[in-house]
Amino acid sequence: MNPKRKQKLILIIAMVAGVGIAVGLLLNAFQQNLMLFFSPTDVVAGKAPEDAKFRIGGLVEAGSVQREADGLTVSFKVTDNAKTVAIRYTGILPDLFREGQGIVSLGRLDDTGVFVASEVLAKHDENYMPPEVADALEKTRQAEESGKAAQTAVHGSNTVQMQ
Amino acid sequence: MIPELGHFALILALVVAVILSVVPMVGSFTGTTAWMALARPAAKVQMLLVTISYAILTHAFLVHDFSVSYVTNTSNLSLPLIYRISGVWGSHEGSLLLWMLILAGWTVSVSIFSRGVPLQMIARVLSVLGMISVGFLLFMLITSNPFDRMLPAPADGQSLNPLLQDFGLAIHPPMLYMGYVGFSVAFAFAVAALIGGRLDMAWARWMRPWTNIAWMFLTIGIALGSWWAYYELGWGGWWFWDPVENASFMPWLMGTALIHSLAATEKRGAFKAWTVLLAVCAFSLSLLGTFLVRSGVLTSVHAFATDPARGAFILAFLGVVVGSSLALYAWRAPQLRSNTSFSMQSRESGLLFNNVIMLAMCASVLLGTLYPLVLDALGIAKISVGVPYFNAVFLPLAIPLMLMVGVGALARWKKDNLVEILKRLRWAAVLSVVGGIALPFLMGRFTFGAALGIGLGLWVTLASLQGLFERLRHRNNKWVALRSIGAGFWGMTMAHIGIAVFSVGVSLTTIYSVEKDLRMAPGDSYDIAGYNFAFEGVRKAQGPNYRADEGVVEVTKGGEEVTVLAAQKRQYDIQMSIMTEAAIDAGFTRDLYVALGEKIGTDGSWSVRLYYKPFIRWIWLGSLLMGLGGVLAVCDRRYRRVSERLAQQTTDQPLEAKPT
Amino acid sequence: MRFAIPLVVFVLVAGFLYRGLALDPREVPSPLIGKPAPAFSLPTLANPDEQFSPDQMKGKVWLLNIWGTWCASCRIEHPLLVELARREQVDIVGLNYKDDTAQAKVWLRDLGDPYVITAVDESGRIGIDWGFYGAPETFVVDADGVVRHKHVGPVTPQALQETILPLVAKLQGRQS
Repeated sequence: MNPKRKQKLILIIAMVAGVGIAVGLLLNAFQQNLMLFFSPTDVVAGKAPEDAKFRIGGLVEAGSVQREADGLTVSFKVTDNAKTVAIRYTGILPDLFREGQGIVSLGRLDDTGVFVASEVLAKHDENYMPPEVADALEKTRQAEESGKAAQTAVHGSNTVQMQ
Repeated sequence: MIPELGHFALILALVVAVILSVVPMVGSFTGTTAWMALARPAAKVQMLLVTISYAILTHAFLVHDFSVSYVTNTSNLSLPLIYRISGVWGSHEGSLLLWMLILAGWTVSVSIFSRGVPLQMIARVLSVLGMISVGFLLFMLITSNPFDRMLPAPADGQSLNPLLQDFGLAIHPPMLYMGYVGFSVAFAFAVAALIGGRLDMAWARWMRPWTNIAWMFLTIGIALGSWWAYYELGWGGWWFWDPVENASFMPWLMGTALIHSLAATEKRGAFKAWTVLLAVCAFSLSLLGTFLVRSGVLTSVHAFATDPARGAFILAFLGVVVGSSLALYAWRAPQLRSNTSFSMQSRESGLLFNNVIMLAMCASVLLGTLYPLVLDALGIAKISVGVPYFNAVFLPLAIPLMLMVGVGALARWKKDNLVEILKRLRWAAVLSVVGGIALPFLMGRFTFGAALGIGLGLWVTLASLQGLFERLRHRNNKWVALRSIGAGFWGMTMAHIGIAVFSVGVSLTTIYSVEKDLRMAPGDSYDIAGYNFAFEGVRKAQGPNYRADEGVVEVTKGGEEVTVLAAQKRQYDIQMSIMTEAAIDAGFTRDLYVALGEKIGTDGSWSVRLYYKPFIRWIWLGSLLMGLGGVLAVCDRRYRRVSERLAQQTTDQPLEAKPT
Repeated sequence: MRFAIPLVVFVLVAGFLYRGLALDPREVPSPLIGKPAPAFSLPTLANPDEQFSPDQMKGKVWLLNIWGTWCASCRIEHPLLVELARREQVDIVGLNYKDDTAQAKVWLRDLGDPYVITAVDESGRIGIDWGFYGAPETFVVDADGVVRHKHVGPVTPQALQETILPLVAKLQGRQS
């Protein structure tokens, strides 16, 4: 092999190795940072991970927002009209956070089943629900409809508090 | 009546664009000079028509013509003049018109500043730009006509989203579009070269200034967007890895790779096929950016215009543009042989290294942006990719890149000796290590990350200065030597120092920022990094189209007053929407940032956000230096000579592919 | 051959984008469309003893607008509804969702009342039956009591002009 070709080969090997390492790093980081979305119904059903961060979304239940004594910690409930999950967040809420509006929150569950949020997001343009929330609510409605067909007589509160 | 004229001008512009995209192209194959010569006047007429259309829309905003549906949706009677002018591109339809105006502008510029370019080449370039115009004009006329009427006209409009009523954001889209659309010129050149099957060093030299200018606009546009997010969204962050941000960042990474690859093509005739591919990719990603933002396929906090029908059109357009150019590439690129060789230790290798890293960065952003969409499309799951992913990928890629910047810029073309270069850089290396270790202590606390950021910043800066120094060392008259250095070198040095400043800013801000959310009653105070923030309470304030609660915070350091910050919580009259307006005391070495949260209780307490952000300005200062470096390089004398030299070439030689 | 790799990658990416486009999350089609409006009987805001039910609107094309004083976007669309009511092209029924009755009255007094009648859904039951997922939401119901269209989010002048009013006119035309 002449020196020129040898050099070229080394260059190619170095590049392949570099790209390989980069791809490895990339996929590793990627795997660790995928965050799944769960609706309150999923969370109550125990589908959400207990030891990992995930996202949850729903409507902020009217009348559920409460401030704790320190003034910065806020507790509220999100609902997909079927199930409800309590969320606790310390910090300043986004401008568009309101009761009845859709939000998406990032965080993890604590031992008591309360979702401790590190981030609360509300849409900026306020025209739309976050799509995940819309999706979750639509699923609930469909489930509800089929459930109702089966037993038409059931009435009353459909929200189950999670404690 | 007047808005209909605007609509009519757009239709005429479409007719002209069709002529521009067909006639000169056909002429370039048949060799009909008159047909090819039609390209320049057609570009000018198109510019005129689009300008008329744009002026008419602006006029509708100025006179509050609410019979135009777009004006009603984005403006109202109480909107200040400047936001009525910027309101023209405040939403989907108008921003497309602005896009079109810029495209027409670039096309005309190419037709004017190209006297020395062979007619056949320029006819093809302008023709390709004409095809892109046809796509965008059709898009506007079919799915998003800004002149649609709404009758009867309402008495007042809906107003611009208050988030967008801001100077930084008002000029952010035009800058970004100048960059996006600017890459269409590089794209057109690449396609013209593929069609002709010939790509020489004159071609590269001719294309370089256009690419640099587009890249400069994109750099500054992205920096403006980041700056806007920092002070307007009220979260104090400067980059969120939001899909819309990523959409502008991907073309930037490709554009950066393209600039470097073009250098090798121009100087050495190397990387020809690679350069063409990068030009196609940079523009394709610009189109993809438009697609992502405008269609709502990826929802994000920024997506303010969403409509699937438009998305379908852009996707079809994207498919035609990118698909056909890549097919052309697959067919023709094998003929673009780069018959030069270079050693592994050479500037070419350095540039290749840079390109590989840029490509890896771009691929990782693309993965993080599109993967959630793919899973959603396949109905597997709704996921999002967390910010730590991007950080985890970028850091290990940025370190070797920064190390290489210092070495590569000093390397000679064709063949050099790495050990020799490193020897020349020994003092730079020593100083970087010492500085990297020592300087973090000035910030009060040593961290490895800060040492790395400062060390790499110093390394790039010192290595760049070393390059300058070596150009002067053996010259007797330093002043003459200094003046004989080409603008290209100054531009490169400046852009590389910009990268250094940027990375120091990023690492120091990330590591040493202090962020506190507090409940503060009037009279309360809090200490951060030696600054005392005293909350004086909240008063009422009144703006032109909003009312506000204004929280006043007096900042002192060592008993001396630094500044008084007044952060607002605004309520806009028309939308009744609430906006946080942060108060920022900007400084070279630190920003002090105050934002109001909510009123808590009845004693006048509010939740207040206090930030201390060291060196955050360096992020945008570095970006500005990069952008300016890009422009400075364009001023190089050799680009002014290029037209003369090209004119000397025989223009009648066949440009068709020679069988190899 | 290697020069064709970019083309292949692009075709794959474009395929996924195309699929993604077909799944616009906001266009969750309401399964209610084309079906009879869910029946309910609710007290009206003006008089809690009086009941409202969709049957009362039979024979007319009408809009059901779900709103609440807690909903910021409702305030955005409100002037448009008032304007629409003034033109008397179509009757609008309000469904006051999970709200404080007293506040709702103040709202209508201050901002104008576009509704021919406002029903009060304090529990939120009815909203669920209608497939509601975020105020405001507006439904178009035809003379036979069949739901024809659903608009999510505040009604915009554009949506009104391009979708809702033409539909109402068409439905009204068929009726006469």
